[in-house]
Amino acid sequence: MRIDFVLNGERVSIDTDPLRRLIDVLREEFYLSGVKEGCGVGECGACTILLDGRSALSCLIPVGKVQNGEIVTIEGYRKSDRYRILEKAFAESGAVQCGFCTPGFIMAAEALLRKEAIPDERTIREGISGNLCRCTGYNMIVEGIKRASRMGKGLW
Amino acid sequence: MVRALRPKNLGEALKALDKERVIVLAGGTDLMVSRKRWSGLTPLFEKPVLFIDHLDALKGVESDGNCVKIGSACTFTSLLENGEIPGFFKDVLSQIASPAIRNIATIGGNICNASPAGDTLPILYALNASLVLAAVGSSRTIAIDNFITGPGETVINENELVKEIVIPKDEFNVFFYKKVGARRANSCSKLSFTGLARVVKGKIGDIRIAFGAVSPTVVRSREIEQKMKNKSVSDIEKMLPEWSNSYSLILDPIDDQRCNRRYRKKISLRILEHFLRSLN
Repeated sequence: MRIDFVLNGERVSIDTDPLRRLIDVLREEFYLSGVKEGCGVGECGACTILLDGRSALSCLIPVGKVQNGEIVTIEGYRKSDRYRILEKAFAESGAVQCGFCTPGFIMAAEALLRKEAIPDERTIREGISGNLCRCTGYNMIVEGIKRASRMGKGLW
Repeated sequence: MVRALRPKNLGEALKALDKERVIVLAGGTDLMVSRKRWSGLTPLFEKPVLFIDHLDALKGVESDGNCVKIGSACTFTSLLENGEIPGFFKDVLSQIASPAIRNIATIGGNICNASPAGDTLPILYALNASLVLAAVGSSRTIAIDNFITGPGETVINENELVKEIVIPKDEFNVFFYKKVGARRANSCSKLSFTGLARVVKGKIGDIRIAFGAVSPTVVRSREIEQKMKNKSVSDIEKMLPEWSNSYSLILDPIDDQRCNRRYRKKISLRILEHFLRSLN
């Protein structure tokens, strides 16, 4: 099936089995290795992307569903001012150790902040509740998002 | 073999269902896991997949004086953001999975998956919800407790699609929902308790109680509820042992990888008693 969609700001087209997982299409056809498979069953959030402006798990989406959709991966998001603030905030908060979960958390943070620019702690924890981190214990990540929302006043 | 069909509208979807055997995929968050193979491999679908999540006819929420009608392909997030959905219903939906899954997963999918631990099921049973099943040239409405017949089993015909969920607007002034899981987010229910009541002038006017994940299907007993109606809340303490025992007889939990049946039964009854005492 031919599937047309917008990927990181560019119109793309692919002719492939529509039931292929989006994560496999992004990684194997478009070489976007920032989209990571930690579990493959929708529990870890490492494969988080933005689909039509909302967070979504690419390991659970058959590529045929994204017809005419808009996808942003970490590779596209990195170019934005909002990303730069999150990167600085995460670095200053010690929110990155091995880094495997980080792209997923950044995408989840963007999805959360675009809904609520100055979230309280409970809202942050709920917003990242679909992402797992085995290194940090989460508190530094929560701190990183809080910091980003303060530093990025007006951006979200 | 055609791998997937993307109908332009509901009519085309029903024609496809009528013409050949297909697997209906709305959100896909259950199917993409149950059909999953190894990393990098396409999930196993032995029949063509019919995508329906893009169909506007299945994504609306309508409310009139008597009931709320919810399109089967409404995602949980769209329902959480919709003003016609009651607050207590949103309490249940907000505890399902995670934000990214709620953005994609649909209420129709949760119902048709018919898991004994399905999170939308107990509240829908308690609210006397019914489903509208559509096929080419026909439509039927069926109460949700008649729709689901066992774990993963429904009475849907191969040429039918769940079009919408109809929820009568009844009035309650007490709502209690407790989902017991391994963690707060992103966990399947070990057991759940849903209690709704209308208490007026110290009397139980209407009461609905449903248990999830403790039997092959949701447990709700209209007989026991009938016994509770019109009782004074001051009588609850006295009646508690009898009512608790009545439910104990119909809860039939199993041991599984999430927890054991003793825990399920014991905690279910404890929460029941907590709910009933809270009416006073």
